[in-house]
Amino acid sequence: MPAHVERAELPGIGVRHDIVTDAGRRLSVLNLRDGGRELALADQDDPDRASETIDLTDDEATALSEVLGGSLILTQLAGLREQVAGLSIEQIPVRADSPFVGRPLGDTKARTRTRCSIVAILRETGVLPAPGPADLLHSGDTLVAVGTRDGLDHLVRLVAGS
Amino acid sequence: MDHDALVLIEIGALILGIGLLSRLASWIGISPIPLILLGGLAFGEGGLFPFSQGEEFIEIGAEIGVILLLLMLGLEYTAKELVGNLRSSKVAGLIDMLLNATPGALLALLLGWGPVAAVAMAGITWISSSGVIARMLQDLGRLANRETPVVLSILVIEDLAMAFYLPVLTALLIGSGFGAATISVVIALAVVMLILFIALRHGRWVSRLVWSKEADVLLLSVLGLTLLVAGLAARANVSAAVGAFLVGIAISGPAAKHAQRVLTPLRDLFAAVFFLFFGLSTDVRDIVPMLVPALALAVVTMATKVLTGYLAARRSGIGEAGRWRAGFALTPRGEFSIVIAGLAVVAGVDRSLAALATAYVLITMVAGPLLARIPDARRFKDAALRIQTNRNARHAS
Repeated sequence: MPAHVERAELPGIGVRHDIVTDAGRRLSVLNLRDGGRELALADQDDPDRASETIDLTDDEATALSEVLGGSLILTQLAGLREQVAGLSIEQIPVRADSPFVGRPLGDTKARTRTRCSIVAILRETGVLPAPGPADLLHSGDTLVAVGTRDGLDHLVRLVAGS
Repeated sequence: MDHDALVLIEIGALILGIGLLSRLASWIGISPIPLILLGGLAFGEGGLFPFSQGEEFIEIGAEIGVILLLLMLGLEYTAKELVGNLRSSKVAGLIDMLLNATPGALLALLLGWGPVAAVAMAGITWISSSGVIARMLQDLGRLANRETPVVLSILVIEDLAMAFYLPVLTALLIGSGFGAATISVVIALAVVMLILFIALRHGRWVSRLVWSKEADVLLLSVLGLTLLVAGLAARANVSAAVGAFLVGIAISGPAAKHAQRVLTPLRDLFAAVFFLFFGLSTDVRDIVPMLVPALALAVVTMATKVLTGYLAARRSGIGEAGRWRAGFALTPRGEFSIVIAGLAVVAGVDRSLAALATAYVLITMVAGPLLARIPDARRFKDAALRIQTNRNARHAS
């Protein structure tokens, strides 16, 4: 069921969007007219009050939405695994000794060789959803791949260079 | 020393003085307006250091200050926001007017200042300070609170009501005799409706007229148009301030956003000059006998504002603590009470009114932001939570 987002106008100041979670907590995003953004959490005792507000710069807001968006893809994929028989999802680490460190994703030819799709790259700086063949792989990345069990085993060996 | 040099020296010293006062205000964490008023009192008639040169500059600067204050207020809101708010919060706005305008009017009648001064005093106690309150909500981290839209919509309604109240007041101040006053009130209201209609229907056209990517072109176009309309409005006895406010509403979209940015420094300068001028022209000796009435009026009307906010928040389904927060947040009066008092005094109402308004605004502006912090106190929160829990239990049973 899609979450219910409530919108409230703040004349002269901006717009507030609220999401009330299943657990009953209110989460607000404030878009100020001067371009600023605030993230606010409602007080548990007094749901009208924001107990904590956090100012976000443009970059921070982008990073936050990417992290949330990326993890959302993972959750949806986890659901996919249960829905589609025979399809699996695997998180594959790119170790420092992998032959693909510093090379573009396209070099792995994962899709043609193993029939697996790499749907996201997880790294410390955030999530790169739907990576393209030109995206470089780094040591420490984790590839999120979808495919058959055999195909994924093949891909693990391929990335490890064995 | 020749006259020009003296004028420059005095104006420079005054603006520098305002700068120092504003610095002090931001250091204490209050609005600079009360300090500037006090500064004006010290240098004004009967004050410590009477001020003689550069009066002309201060006087015209003060007039431009009022116009810019209202222009910027109009730029804050779009016509759509105003009309939407009027629909959704008209009951709250009506309660606000009845509760807060009445005490001021009654006091004026009690002091024997006559019905016109009563209308002016009604406005002085009615209008909260949108500037001070918006800033305060931000400082207290309450922008994301659920009662904040309630507070803001009351401010918007008050500001819109000013568009009708100011011309009525101006007409009453000028009009001699009941018949003449009625006619000028009707004419004034018709003009406001006309300009408001143009702003609503043809605002885009006005925005296009003044729009420019160059900051200086935009500044000159908006300022020129505003002063022109303000002057014409004054000519039609509608009050220059209302003309400026309506120009602000008519300008919307990117033109409004950029105009706000380029005009803010000008507004800051001239609004400060206006508050200073008001302080300068108020006689300190008038204030002393007005201190007790001002204090009594402040206590009563801060209480009625708390009640206004409480009721409005209750109507919007806000919990106990939030209702009190909304109420206390509304208590500061400010720039517009001074604007109203300024208009009244220029038109020849009892000079004590200026003194009363000054003392009154000083008290509410200093006490209001302090009172607004009360609902954040631990004990207050606990008490509100207890009431809320009891109420919920009653509802459940």
